[in-house]
Amino acid sequence: MDLLIQQLINGLSLGALYALIAVGYTVVYGIVQLINFAHGEVFMMGAFGSYTTWMLMGSPTNLSIGVALGLVLPAMILGGVLVSVGTALLMERFAYRPLRNAPRLAPLISAIGLSIGLQEAVRLFYGQIPGFPDSRRAIPFPVIEGLTGRSIQVGGVTIQHSAIFTLGALLICAALLWWFVNKTRMGRAMQATSQDADTARLMGINVDKAIATAFAVGAALAAVAGVAHGLRYNNIDFQMGFMAGMKAFTAAVLGGIGNINGAVVGGLVLGIVEAMATTYIPGQFGSSAWKDVWAFAILILVLVFRPQGLLGAKVVDRA
Amino acid sequence: MTTQVQITDEILVEEPLLSARQVTMQFGGLTAVNKVDLDIHPGEIVGLIGPNGAGKTTFFNCLTGMYQPTAGQVLFAGAVLPPQPRKVAVAGVARTFQNIRLFHNMTALENVMVGRYARTKTNAIEAILRLPRHRREEAETREVAQQWLDFVGLGDAAESLSRNMPYGDQRRLEIARALALEPKLLLLDEPTAGMNPQETREAEELITRIRGLGMAVLVIEHDMRFIFSLCDRVACLVRGEVLIDDVPEVVQNDPRVIEAYIGSPVDMPGEQEEAPRPDVSTLAPSKPVLEFPPNAINPIIGHRTKPGGRKDA
Repeated sequence: MDLLIQQLINGLSLGALYALIAVGYTVVYGIVQLINFAHGEVFMMGAFGSYTTWMLMGSPTNLSIGVALGLVLPAMILGGVLVSVGTALLMERFAYRPLRNAPRLAPLISAIGLSIGLQEAVRLFYGQIPGFPDSRRAIPFPVIEGLTGRSIQVGGVTIQHSAIFTLGALLICAALLWWFVNKTRMGRAMQATSQDADTARLMGINVDKAIATAFAVGAALAAVAGVAHGLRYNNIDFQMGFMAGMKAFTAAVLGGIGNINGAVVGGLVLGIVEAMATTYIPGQFGSSAWKDVWAFAILILVLVFRPQGLLGAKVVDRA
Repeated sequence: MTTQVQITDEILVEEPLLSARQVTMQFGGLTAVNKVDLDIHPGEIVGLIGPNGAGKTTFFNCLTGMYQPTAGQVLFAGAVLPPQPRKVAVAGVARTFQNIRLFHNMTALENVMVGRYARTKTNAIEAILRLPRHRREEAETREVAQQWLDFVGLGDAAESLSRNMPYGDQRRLEIARALALEPKLLLLDEPTAGMNPQETREAEELITRIRGLGMAVLVIEHDMRFIFSLCDRVACLVRGEVLIDDVPEVVQNDPRVIEAYIGSPVDMPGEQEEAPRPDVSTLAPSKPVLEFPPNAINPIIGHRTKPGGRKDA
């Protein structure tokens, strides 16, 4: 029983990480029907942005919990968000907007190019900055007092502080996002653009701005995920966006691409499935080396049997 | 004093709100709209008629910035309209569509609120920080949107999802959404298509009330009774060119308009040279050939052209 609960918690916290990234895929797809395959790199840039912020603050260590959680962590999140939002906006402006009326394949190829470009840029140049660590191998992520280190024991179940952080971040981000999309002027402009961009334009909506906002929103959540990833695995590297991005994409498809609630549910389900697979599948197939196989097997099963995803994809319903 | 007022009136009437000058739209070798001149004055209801494929909707698209005319220009309130739909909307031109294009997954109220956003200012940052201006504007937007719904008679349907609304209501909702932009000029593309006679009369009454708000209206329509009873002026577009632009009484008696709609002996194969020209004297305005008694079949169209449309009682 303890094992089941333990794996459920592990799965939820891993899933929350996927969900935070998956929202970015789904929001962008919902508004421009583009799978932004460079979104994993936006997440990676967020993690490096937060790490850079920490370096610029003078690599503070051994802080009191109050300073760590009240000052250093918010500053790191903010720095990560700025970097990833900036990356996403530049991407949208210079790589995707010129291709908006091009065949579907063109922005997709552009996205793959960007993905490789960003990885290589970080690999080659980040360590060149004087005083910064060599980025060709994993960089240890800063220890945030209160979030790393000792974990909570409840009976036989261990809960990492980082798991609480990730789940809490997902809850807050999802609530904020729901409010933003449904209750604000820009959110409704985004919905209008996603339902019928031409008509939205004729109603005086700045469609370019609505699309850029969708990229920015997804990037902000990816940056939070970047920090959560660093805290969870204790290190970051230039390749971290690839696998995380593929998993989050799977989560978005699982939940129904274009559907924000679906991305959250899909992320959590995928996380739980991975955690359960490594525990309950016997023999070598249950080893952690196989967990990615199970994740992508789910992607294939969903695409074959329920392509609209668990909660239903956004249907393009224009006349 | 009296003369001054008259002068002011004169200027208001003389200065067109929208002025299309030699507007031409070519698609490759096809000239869809050819050197169209059209003036619309404030508070005027102008009808745009013409057979299918005459270029009416293409002309609308030129006016709203969806197309950039290949030649000519569109002046609105004295300035050239930029070929960007958003800026045209902000400048004060709103439109509806021949095939309804609502935001299907939003409620009626939300659709109208979207129409109003061109007139509000808060940006995303202010919204996230929940600054007072955002809250105030949001509340005001909601209130004004509700008023427009009331205006078109959909006040009770505010929370209905627009895709679930009856067809006639969707048409009125589209008009409400356009009105929420507070345009100076409203473009209606076949507002009564597919409506029954009762709904058509309601639409007519609604458009008259819109004029009462001081807005000018340009309306494309195939229902001649509707056009000739509603409009101050009617322009007939044939093969992309303006055939005639005059008061309804003149347009409905013009032989060329009849010819455009039902053809003439000149078009008969084999007798193009010898065929007699239509005798204009027999079609003189003093002896109208086109009268529209209630419940008569429209002589210009001859039959109902809209599928799935009107079921006359």
